[in-house]
Amino acid sequence: MPTFSDLLKAHYETTPDKVNVTILHGGQPDRMVTYSELIKGASGYVKTYVRQGIQPGEVILLILQHGIDLLYAYYGAILHGAIPSIMPFLTEKLLPERYRADLAALVSVTQPTAIVTYREFEAEVRAALKPGEDSVKAVIVSDQVDGPCLPEFGSFGGLRRKPEDIVLLQHSSGTTGLQKGVALSHQAVINQLTDYGKAIRLQDSDVFVSWLPLYHDMGLIACWLMPILLGYPLVIMSPFEWIRAPYRLLQAVSRYQGTLSWLPNFAYNFCAQKIRERDLVGVDLSSWRAISNCSEPMRWESQDAFRERFRSLGLQPDAMTTCYAMAENVFAVTQGGIDSPVVFEDIDRDSLQIEKFARPSVAEKPVIRMLGAGKAIPNTSVSILDTKGHALPDRHVGEVALKSNCMLSGYYHRPDATEKAFVNGWYLTGDYGYLVEGELYITGRKKDLIIVGGKNIYPQDLELLAYEVPGVHAGRASAFGIFNETSGTEDVVLVAEVDTSEQAEQQKIADSIRAAVTRGSAVALRYVHLVGKHWLVKTSSGKTARSANREKFLKEMEEKGRDF
Amino acid sequence: MNAEEMKDKLTEYLAKDILKQPNRTIQPGEALLSSGLIDSFHLVDLALYVEDNFGVHIDDSELNASTFDSLDGLIALIQSRQ
Repeated sequence: MPTFSDLLKAHYETTPDKVNVTILHGGQPDRMVTYSELIKGASGYVKTYVRQGIQPGEVILLILQHGIDLLYAYYGAILHGAIPSIMPFLTEKLLPERYRADLAALVSVTQPTAIVTYREFEAEVRAALKPGEDSVKAVIVSDQVDGPCLPEFGSFGGLRRKPEDIVLLQHSSGTTGLQKGVALSHQAVINQLTDYGKAIRLQDSDVFVSWLPLYHDMGLIACWLMPILLGYPLVIMSPFEWIRAPYRLLQAVSRYQGTLSWLPNFAYNFCAQKIRERDLVGVDLSSWRAISNCSEPMRWESQDAFRERFRSLGLQPDAMTTCYAMAENVFAVTQGGIDSPVVFEDIDRDSLQIEKFARPSVAEKPVIRMLGAGKAIPNTSVSILDTKGHALPDRHVGEVALKSNCMLSGYYHRPDATEKAFVNGWYLTGDYGYLVEGELYITGRKKDLIIVGGKNIYPQDLELLAYEVPGVHAGRASAFGIFNETSGTEDVVLVAEVDTSEQAEQQKIADSIRAAVTRGSAVALRYVHLVGKHWLVKTSSGKTARSANREKFLKEMEEKGRDF
Repeated sequence: MNAEEMKDKLTEYLAKDILKQPNRTIQPGEALLSSGLIDSFHLVDLALYVEDNFGVHIDDSELNASTFDSLDGLIALIQSRQ
């Protein structure tokens, strides 16, 4: 089996002049990068890593934004045989001190020997380090790196890596997410790309178009590694630019005859609602053959709104596809909508919620429209397990479990967490769902995780931040997500017990909680609900029972006539 | 429309439609973007609202705290273009 470096070398030797990556930046000409440029640029980084004493097998943290530096630094790390890991960039909302604390925590778990960043960010990075004490040997500033040069493949450590060696780390954001880096081997990633490529029927005319962040599996695997390693053109823009100008995705598809994209569910609503007609003049979407809804709960309504809004621009109705994915399986678990349209079914709501059985709807009873996530990709088996770990028959809701030849090697330096994730060789996803003749439907989540716009948020991180606010007592807050039909994603709610019932004082505390959470996690709270003592439901061990508090909150809001 | 009327209109829009807290007051100098009060999901909404109600275009590259971060800053930006 080849490794990443073998694949890169082959592209360099066989198709050096093929444009592989096109980087879009507002207000600048599009930057096209051929394989020859990519490998030469990456080779400059290899030289620098060698000079700095970074060894193959060591971790290199990349704190860079979308652009040429990140492209060269990432693939330079691969060619050197080091293990790249992309850390999210500091946003204007996040407190620098909090970012430093997260970075220091990440350094202590993953033990990187180098960090690559921009000159203007160097001081911020250094402030998080302890020279002589931590693992970091070099902070490499992107403008001091050797320029592009001819590759000396014979000396590159990357060409001596074995398929089972770890090739990259991938982290979720936030204090909790950063503690659990998913470590993937060459063979796991290549097995995934090969079989996922079959599932989506990759073809010569394919062009990938993406605005996704690269510290998330959807962006990193589907829209960074897959096209570059397998030899397909990739057009990328930064998520910061896309969220301010969503029309750019559609313009890029039109200009480059894009065929494949992956979007979190909210992006369908976002594009359908917020793009002006004047930004779509001349846009032709007829080339777009598969737009996969992935990384947060998928809604039929969201895909339908998108399809209807852009139908007049040539968007093919069957271009709407679905995917269920998980970083621990490298990326995709299932894919739907490629060979036949995406399936959906109307299910009896009460039966699903109370009996945990997905019964097709009968007249007059309330229904839930469930969107199928597709069938397992060739190398992955999916099973639905009951609480004792026994497989359930079709239509029974249980925990989604999987087995494949593309599982993670482990959570990096966390054998304890790795061991907990598997039961009898099955990886337990923490998601609930059911199967119907191989089609997977996801119904909910066992784990206390909030997903906003495809980004995983750990509620305990938000609660800890709320405890820092004067007037909020430790252990007396609960954070959870509530689905918002309009935006197509979850709103974050935080309930906190306070002693005061005085209006102005409460407003002050609520504002302070919002500020503390936003500046400490870059997550915006949609609702802060202050309550009196003993409101929160606790588990027998004294922890906040988030799902019970969520139910209680919803009930209270319903009684007050507020709609959620 | 004078600055005071603009402020009232914008406050009402932000409180009601973006923050979903109709009774909330917003101080003229209060940080809106860097504080996370308005998150990135709503920046496009704000730009569309300003364009529809005040006839002024805010480019997407200007939707960040270094261009404006408060009601005062936003009003100054609008007035400079009217």
